[in-house]
Amino acid sequence: MYEAIVLLPLLGAVIAGIICLVGARNRFPGGEPPVPAHDHAAAAVAEGHPRGAPPAEAEHAAVGNTHTEDPEHEPSAAGSLLAELTTSTFLVISCVLSWFAFFDVGIAGHEARVPLFSFITFADLHSEWMLRIDALTAVMLVVVTTISSLVHIYSIGYMEEDPYKPRFFSYLSFFTFAMLMLVTADNLVQLFFGWEGVGLASYLLIGFWYYKPEANAAAIKAFIVNRVGDFGFSLGIFAVFYLTGAVDLDTIFAQAPALVGKSFHFLSWNVDALTAVCLLLFMGAMGKSAQFLLHTWLPDAMEGPTPVSALIHAATMVTAGVFMVARLSPLFSLSPAASNFVTFIGATTAMFAATIALVQNDIKRIIAYSTCSQLGYMFVAMGVGAYSVGMFHLFTHAFFKALLFLCSGSVIIAMHHEQDIRRMGGLWRKLPFTYATMVIGTLALTGFPFTAGYFSKDAIIESALVSNSAMASYGFAMTLGAAALTAFYSWRLIFKTFHGEPHEREHYEAAHETAKSMLVPLAILAIGSITVGYPALAVFTGHGASEFFRQALTLGPAEKLFESAENLPLILSLLPTVMMIAGVLVAYQFYIRRPDIPVALARDQRPLYEFLLNKWYFDEIYDFLLVRPALWLGRLFWKGGDGFIIDGFGPDGVSARVLDVTRNVIRLQTGYLYHYAFAMLIGVAAAITWFMFAGPH
Amino acid sequence: MIIGLGHYLSVAAIVFTLGVLGIFLNRKNVIIILMSIELILLSVNINLVAFSSFLGDIVGQVYALIVLTVAAAEAAIGLAILVAYFRNRGSIGVEDIDLLKG
Repeated sequence: MYEAIVLLPLLGAVIAGIICLVGARNRFPGGEPPVPAHDHAAAAVAEGHPRGAPPAEAEHAAVGNTHTEDPEHEPSAAGSLLAELTTSTFLVISCVLSWFAFFDVGIAGHEARVPLFSFITFADLHSEWMLRIDALTAVMLVVVTTISSLVHIYSIGYMEEDPYKPRFFSYLSFFTFAMLMLVTADNLVQLFFGWEGVGLASYLLIGFWYYKPEANAAAIKAFIVNRVGDFGFSLGIFAVFYLTGAVDLDTIFAQAPALVGKSFHFLSWNVDALTAVCLLLFMGAMGKSAQFLLHTWLPDAMEGPTPVSALIHAATMVTAGVFMVARLSPLFSLSPAASNFVTFIGATTAMFAATIALVQNDIKRIIAYSTCSQLGYMFVAMGVGAYSVGMFHLFTHAFFKALLFLCSGSVIIAMHHEQDIRRMGGLWRKLPFTYATMVIGTLALTGFPFTAGYFSKDAIIESALVSNSAMASYGFAMTLGAAALTAFYSWRLIFKTFHGEPHEREHYEAAHETAKSMLVPLAILAIGSITVGYPALAVFTGHGASEFFRQALTLGPAEKLFESAENLPLILSLLPTVMMIAGVLVAYQFYIRRPDIPVALARDQRPLYEFLLNKWYFDEIYDFLLVRPALWLGRLFWKGGDGFIIDGFGPDGVSARVLDVTRNVIRLQTGYLYHYAFAMLIGVAAAITWFMFAGPH
Repeated sequence: MIIGLGHYLSVAAIVFTLGVLGIFLNRKNVIIILMSIELILLSVNINLVAFSSFLGDIVGQVYALIVLTVAAAEAAIGLAILVAYFRNRGSIGVEDIDLLKG
């Protein structure tokens, strides 16, 4: 069964991939595919908002039109329907099996190890493809397959007009497969395979509309920033292998207690072994989960189609970092320094991303920064030792964040690919179902009492409050503040999009609710956002957590936290709700009753506004500090090193010298007979002279 | 002064040198080259006859006659080639023969 869960998406991806390749060969036998036209009708192609993407009419005319139908709307690839249905069906089967596994493993306690193939056997390094199914895996399986299957079904409607559906569904299923390999990994090498696989899938999906330069740039940016994190992650794996001699998790966890206090020698320092390992591994998590310094790729990743954002950048790929810290909880719990760092980064991200989201105008970017902020929450929980609480928030966040993204996708489609909330307004009459589900998602995100988000978010804030670790109070302050900001910007989004007066009449008139196939996933996620909270509370917090997770997470220290959290005075445990209400009221005041206030604030506080709008100028700083020097260095090596030195002293230089020599030697070949006769004469004279003096005398 | 062997040999050497110089200092006329070749052959003849006379061996003179014959034949062929060349190229200037220029 577990093999089926993991391998069905792979099978779907392969089938869709074959359909895509065969179809492409049939459509363009041996030629360049034409760039699809950029205009309103081929709307799926141009999901960008008016940011200056020039229309492709010039390219269209130049490359030539190979299809005879309506030139502005390329027909769907052959076999699209088969690809969509196959992959979606496989995912739904996987999802059902995952829920079954969740109850089997979690409640009934049947853990499993399913060996698949052997991978590497080399001296001390033994790595197998093995599926490790314990409670933590079961939670992730449920999250990944549920959200992925709902996104597949949603994409059938969302990508309706796109001509390249088989490729899209193939990539989506491949991503799901890689994520499932990641969460079922029994050793670090397999985890890294899944890690890289999801990074690759993210690159492919962000750059799905590869003919758009912004999408290309965003895909490369995502991959490179991830790579920086992966560099740390690889070093962490190497360090683990060096210290323990193994990469499989059971051995590592068994040897971890013995490593406490050990240090190894690096250059001239003695670094504490476990801290170093955990910090390096966390660097990977920082990259994958878009935490404070390695966050720059996440907003740009919104260039991809909205289902991609919902699946990858809300529910699954970005949670891989959180999952990894949870999976390696035995290591992190033994290293207080690393855990404090995790808390610090998480708390900083939570606040930092929330401040940026306050002033963004693109609907998807607001939700992207919200994701970044919520991931920070999860890391705060992980850092103080409450791993199950972090997983709880991961579980609920997947539901409401995917819901928010899919709703925003519905809005975007309805407004004909308009993404700027300043141009929307008054949509609640036109899109009632989307409005309702989006409000539910927002309530869950802000932690409205008794929604799923309320339980998980409050659990995190309470854990930070009662924890004794060094960074806990910082974590508490930041998460509490971010709760107020979260409420503010979430309701700002709702008010500006759905309430007020419409800013563009024609778009408003043309808007209508989307197809049923897109609304069903929204409904399911909305129900999930409300209902999964209370039942999961018993599983993820309190005493039930240890019974549920058993060996999967190290919950020893967390036990004390849970007890303290239950004994909190009421006023403290209501504090997050108070913050939320404050945020809502301010947003209501700013955007419904007195809409002139935010405009005046932006005008009067210009520097602060610009600072937040430009994402704290991180992109500019990184460009100046890292990108430009890197490009300069690359140019130096290319033009100077490769061009001048290697080519100059190698092939190009040698050929130039040969040409020089021949140019001079050619002057001897005058063509005049008497010169040749003279040369012969000189030769004869020389030979005779030589024989005269060096001959046998 | 008694004209000895050395004098004859010097004359032959000088004539030889003149012949060689005539070949490659000349730019105007291919016939000069032919004449210079004759001069070279002549100088060899002078050498042969001088040695034959001073050593009393008749072989030198016999050999000189052979060389003379060869020279005559070769001059005839050379002139024939020259005529054919002129008919094809229209000029007998040495500086125009540069088709091998590379």
